Amino acid sequence: MTVLRPGQPVVNPHARRIVLAHGGGGQLTDELLEEVIRPRLDNPWLADLDDSAVMAVEKGQLAFTTDSYVVQPLEFPGGDIGRLAVSGTVNDLAVCGAEAEYISLSLILEEGLELALLRRVLDSVAGTAGEAGVRVVTGDTKVVAKGQADGMYINTAGVGRIRDGIRLGVSRIQPGDVVLVSGEIADHGLAVMLQREQRTVIRSELRSDVAPLNGLIETLLDEIIEDVVFLRDPTRGGLAGVLSDLAERSGLHLMIDETAVPIRQETLYAAEMLGLDPLEVANEGKVVAVVRPEAAERARAVVASHPQGRGASIVGRFQSERNGLCEILTEVGGRRIIQKPYGEELPRIC
Amino acid sequence: MTMREQMARLTDELHTVAAMLDGGASFMEVCGTHTVNACRSGVHSLMPENVRLISGPGCPVCVTAQRYIDALIGLGRRQGLTVTTYGDMMRVAGAGGSLELARSEGADVRVVTSTMEAVAIAREHPERQVVFAAVGFETTAPATAAAVLAAKRQGLSNFTVLPCHKLVLPAMMTLLADPDVRIDGFICPGHVSVIIGAEAYRPVVEEHGKPCVVTGFEALQIMQGILHLTKQVAAGQAKLENLYPEVVSADGNLRAKRLIEEVFMPGDSAWRALGRMAKSGLDLREEYMAFDAFKRFDITLGEDNDPPGCRCGEVITGKCYPGDCPLFGSVCTPIYPIGPCMVSSEGSCQAWFKYRRNELKRRKAAQTGPAKEVRV
Repeated sequence: MTVLRPGQPVVNPHARRIVLAHGGGGQLTDELLEEVIRPRLDNPWLADLDDSAVMAVEKGQLAFTTDSYVVQPLEFPGGDIGRLAVSGTVNDLAVCGAEAEYISLSLILEEGLELALLRRVLDSVAGTAGEAGVRVVTGDTKVVAKGQADGMYINTAGVGRIRDGIRLGVSRIQPGDVVLVSGEIADHGLAVMLQREQRTVIRSELRSDVAPLNGLIETLLDEIIEDVVFLRDPTRGGLAGVLSDLAERSGLHLMIDETAVPIRQETLYAAEMLGLDPLEVANEGKVVAVVRPEAAERARAVVASHPQGRGASIVGRFQSERNGLCEILTEVGGRRIIQKPYGEELPRIC
Repeated sequence: MTMREQMARLTDELHTVAAMLDGGASFMEVCGTHTVNACRSGVHSLMPENVRLISGPGCPVCVTAQRYIDALIGLGRRQGLTVTTYGDMMRVAGAGGSLELARSEGADVRVVTSTMEAVAIAREHPERQVVFAAVGFETTAPATAAAVLAAKRQGLSNFTVLPCHKLVLPAMMTLLADPDVRIDGFICPGHVSVIIGAEAYRPVVEEHGKPCVVTGFEALQIMQGILHLTKQVAAGQAKLENLYPEVVSADGNLRAKRLIEEVFMPGDSAWRALGRMAKSGLDLREEYMAFDAFKRFDITLGEDNDPPGCRCGEVITGKCYPGDCPLFGSVCTPIYPIGPCMVSSEGSCQAWFKYRRNELKRRKAAQTGPAKEVRV
């Protein structure tokens, strides 16, 4: 038993960790909302505390998306699950040519989660939403018993207005179109994996690239809208996933130059050590754009002028051959295909 | 000079030398890492038509007998027993499923990245028996030996290894004795050579008259190895060349060899597809018998039955290309692998599936049968 000394503050156990009652809809739920969540995410919609957020609709088209986040560890170099949850949904809207405006935030918390960690994650949600210019207008919190979730899961959904004059789609891709990548690949996946491996031998300075991309994409579209024919963020499956998919769905031969693919030396070493192909490793702050050849250099320069696009590079070009294959001209000048990744790679043993 | 320019220079020279060959040449790269790196860097796409690279039995997962996997699964299902293994073994199918499947059904199977992690698990859980799946070539055997010595020093009575280590040289010699296999030279395994030393391949050169090169894993080094082998064949020579002297010495890593020697002795071993070969594996010495899981848990391995239709055995002996197997890419894929060469990230089937399927399409279209070309 702890003996309290005079002057020592009495610590409310509920102030340190999530307990089941935090999700019970009673006083503790209110306390969590009022003391932890609302101070960080306050806006007129949340302040109403109604069951739905009500927004005015303009003319035109809306894009609507949802995603769940289960990353482990919850905090990693360069980001955390909160930044990831906001960026991921904002980016899914942005690559459809939509301007993200409103997002929802659903938290599934595991009993025993440290409140300090929850506060940090919510600070990160608020900071990232501010950076992206979106508002968290509705949300939900559930608590599950210890062992039934891995700390916390987050779901976000988002709506955004589709930009006027934009037409994006694989069907618009033609031979000659070029593929632009906005910067160094594979940082997110490797930073998270290295964080997991920390208990063994690998230490690294690698940081996740997780960030909202709507600013970068708006900069590009402000400058060039008609000549951008396709946008995608290469998350799970990495650059290889997007490129092989583009070749397959366009039915064209896509030729990539390995020496043009931006990648940090440290990322390469880390991938090699873990036995992973950096082309297949997830990114959370990069965009792949397919652009008409006549606008290629201007598009690259516009993206490179943005702080998030400094490493922008034109990595390949669609050919007229119709075989639906993505081939890469390797560093040494050999050719091989880029296959759609099929899932987890196991560490090698010799 | 850029890497592309260096490679172009080597490629030009290779094409010139290859044009002088009468009847082409087939070289075997024994090691899985060479297989993957050659495929990944597109070395194959740069080679002349009449020089072929075939993949040998150098992927530890691919040569591990099915019955061994079944024995591990059986151990994992026992009460109070923990199986520790390198990650690569998790998805390999025995006759009765894989370790991954067994774990999902409640077997205590843990992936470790070093043998000392397995020893630590045994130390922390004196109430459990901990078995380490000791697979791999001369590369991983020293680490197993070190674990056995550490367990002995620490007086751990709950740690054992299930030895399945393989020796590369006996496999190479067996292949050379097989009249159905044509090998004109070897790209010797890199990591294994670090341990055993380049001189270990002397018998291949002297007894069988086949050129051997030891080379690194970079694409340029692999191409240089191919060029040196082709030059030797064109000149009617058979020499042992070490192109990787900064890493591989003539005599190898003496400390690692002593570790192996201290704990193990050569014994017969069953290889997937190659069958049982004399003195091709490592048995624990008498004084370390207490750490032998075969003895402690009274396990004997029966004979393997390969999955119907699977040609992994012919793939790892260079008798056919992965694409010649009827299961390749149709029912056997990296997601649902049937044979071990598709499971392992260093298996030749997986490497072909990932990097060379474009060639397979072209080959099939051209109706050429590489299997026939390889056979003499």
